[in-house]
Amino acid sequence: MTPEPILQIKGLRTVFRVRAREIAAVNGIDLAVHPGETVALVGESGSGKSVTSLSVMRLLARKIGSIDAGSIRFRGKDGKVKDLVALSEEEMRHIRGNDIGMVFQEPMTSLNPVYTVGDQISESLRVHRGIGKRDALEAAVGLLEKVGIPDARRRARQYPHEMSGGMRQRVTIAMALACDPTLLIADEPTTALDVTIQAQILDLMQKLQRERSMGMLFVTHNLGVVAEIAHRVVVMYAGRIVETGAVAEVFRDPRHPYTMGLLKSMPRLGTATAMKRSGEKLPAIPGMVPSLAEMPAGCAFAPRCPFAIDACRTAVPELAAVNEGHGSRCIRWQEISA
Amino acid sequence: MTTAPFLSVRGLAKHYQTRGATLKILQDISFDIAKGEVVGLVGESGSGKTTIGRSVLRLIEPTSGEVVFDGTDLTGLSSGEMRRQRPRMQYIFQDPYASLSPRMTIGEILTEGLKIQKIGTKAERLQRARKALEQVELPPDAIDRYAHEFSGGQRQRIGIARALTLAPDFIVADEPVSALDVSIQAQVVNLLRDLQQRLGLTMLFISHDLAVVEYICDRVIVLYLGRIMEIATAEDLYARPQHPYTRALMSAIPSPDPTARTKRQILKGDIPSPANPPSGCVFRTRCPNALDACAATVPELREVAPGHFKACIRDDLEGSLTPPGA
Repeated sequence: MTPEPILQIKGLRTVFRVRAREIAAVNGIDLAVHPGETVALVGESGSGKSVTSLSVMRLLARKIGSIDAGSIRFRGKDGKVKDLVALSEEEMRHIRGNDIGMVFQEPMTSLNPVYTVGDQISESLRVHRGIGKRDALEAAVGLLEKVGIPDARRRARQYPHEMSGGMRQRVTIAMALACDPTLLIADEPTTALDVTIQAQILDLMQKLQRERSMGMLFVTHNLGVVAEIAHRVVVMYAGRIVETGAVAEVFRDPRHPYTMGLLKSMPRLGTATAMKRSGEKLPAIPGMVPSLAEMPAGCAFAPRCPFAIDACRTAVPELAAVNEGHGSRCIRWQEISA
Repeated sequence: MTTAPFLSVRGLAKHYQTRGATLKILQDISFDIAKGEVVGLVGESGSGKTTIGRSVLRLIEPTSGEVVFDGTDLTGLSSGEMRRQRPRMQYIFQDPYASLSPRMTIGEILTEGLKIQKIGTKAERLQRARKALEQVELPPDAIDRYAHEFSGGQRQRIGIARALTLAPDFIVADEPVSALDVSIQAQVVNLLRDLQQRLGLTMLFISHDLAVVEYICDRVIVLYLGRIMEIATAEDLYARPQHPYTRALMSAIPSPDPTARTKRQILKGDIPSPANPPSGCVFRTRCPNALDACAATVPELREVAPGHFKACIRDDLEGSLTPPGA
């Protein structure tokens, strides 16, 4: 893709202070999101995927964690490129909810229980655009229709507790899109939902993103969701990118043992009967994710890796270019294949 | 099968009375589990799967119906009589953080049930706890440590070990791998399947994840809004789902194969409220194949192929719906 990226992260390092020690939860991340593109950030608990998205939004509690190095260049609606790391809190407040929309996992905690959903959606329009109360409410009704909420005018007067989980997530999407952001950051937006509702929400997000040619940074632990929604995927492990590339290529030809392990360990519908008959087990990745405080030397995945050799334990591997736009942080990427 | 089932649930119902409304959480649930069999209960939030699991062990009291366990009707038992049955029936919980006391050592957690049941001396109880830790592949020194020292996957192994110390022959596992990361989930699924086979356990496995259920279960029951939609062997259900809801559920699961990105069948709307379930078939308000007749009577669960039951009046849908995984 040739157009300028909306979001360009370079060398991002985010640290947490734990008992006077600094621990890097995100350790040198590079990634870009282009207009109309969905980039999935995938990994397990502790991989740093959510810390990356919180760093972009500058929503880390200052006492706990902070950006230690790197730049986050973001192109706003005005076409100007700013480094979010250098912005003041005041400047950030103009960007959040206006240039960058956000959707989180748990809609009940991101909505305010004492305001109607109409009020909450219209709030950002009033704050960022200075639209009057009545017009903002009218626009909120339109947004509710846009996100597929039937009987939107009546629903706008309801409180979050009067709605189902799927409806509430539609409301937070309407809130995120109210000011026509150029970038949508969605952190596990369907994880708390049932599968049939998840299918509805993914369908909706995809449709809205195409219509607006927004960039989307989609954080998830679910590879099925990645395959469904994303153009490119960034696989994280222990604070680093271990593999990145076009979704179709990475899923067909993964070149990092962690990606391979994740893809294999995911149960696939309709394959178990044959496995049970042959006594085969579900391929699991042995061991567990190392604690950030006790990172092994060299490749963080080496202790769990079936391909690890001595050289893996000496230095952190570079992200090697497998192909145009496809990178793997594995020194053996040429020898291994799924 | 001519032998009596190990567990037989008949006409189970659970209603809750709230101000002005009766919530019909479970209605007319009947199924059997043979000895050594693993039966899966799948469905979305509000389908009643956890309520069935808890009613079967009488952790909550069903409104009506009976649960016959190895020849004894549990619903008629006094609490003392029930307590005598409890060591044989154990529960594994979903949340490995909430279900282990932070104040007790793992040894205390694992021996608590034995102590309540007055089984063995203290040394014998600890011996059993050590054996259970070995069964779930945790190191013996775990016994003196506390739950917070373990990861999510290890805690779930502790939860499984706790169920095993009483040497049960029936286990209800309620979403035991749902809170775990994918790479850890596969480890725990393999462990459960392994233990089940080695110890000859009979298991009711509750999950919202159809793919996990397929790996671990012999037979599967699909629930929707407190009623059974379909029952079949795992093999048959995944190859030939008969009920429109089962097909929609399978179609909604995102496939980890980007080339299989096909037009999925997306169900409209939300699950209705149990305070006011639809008349007739409870699924009809979201069913892509509903007819007027579906509103008239509750479809009976009938056998459509050997061992394959569905609660749907339509038999003309064969092949007209996209098969799952296509």
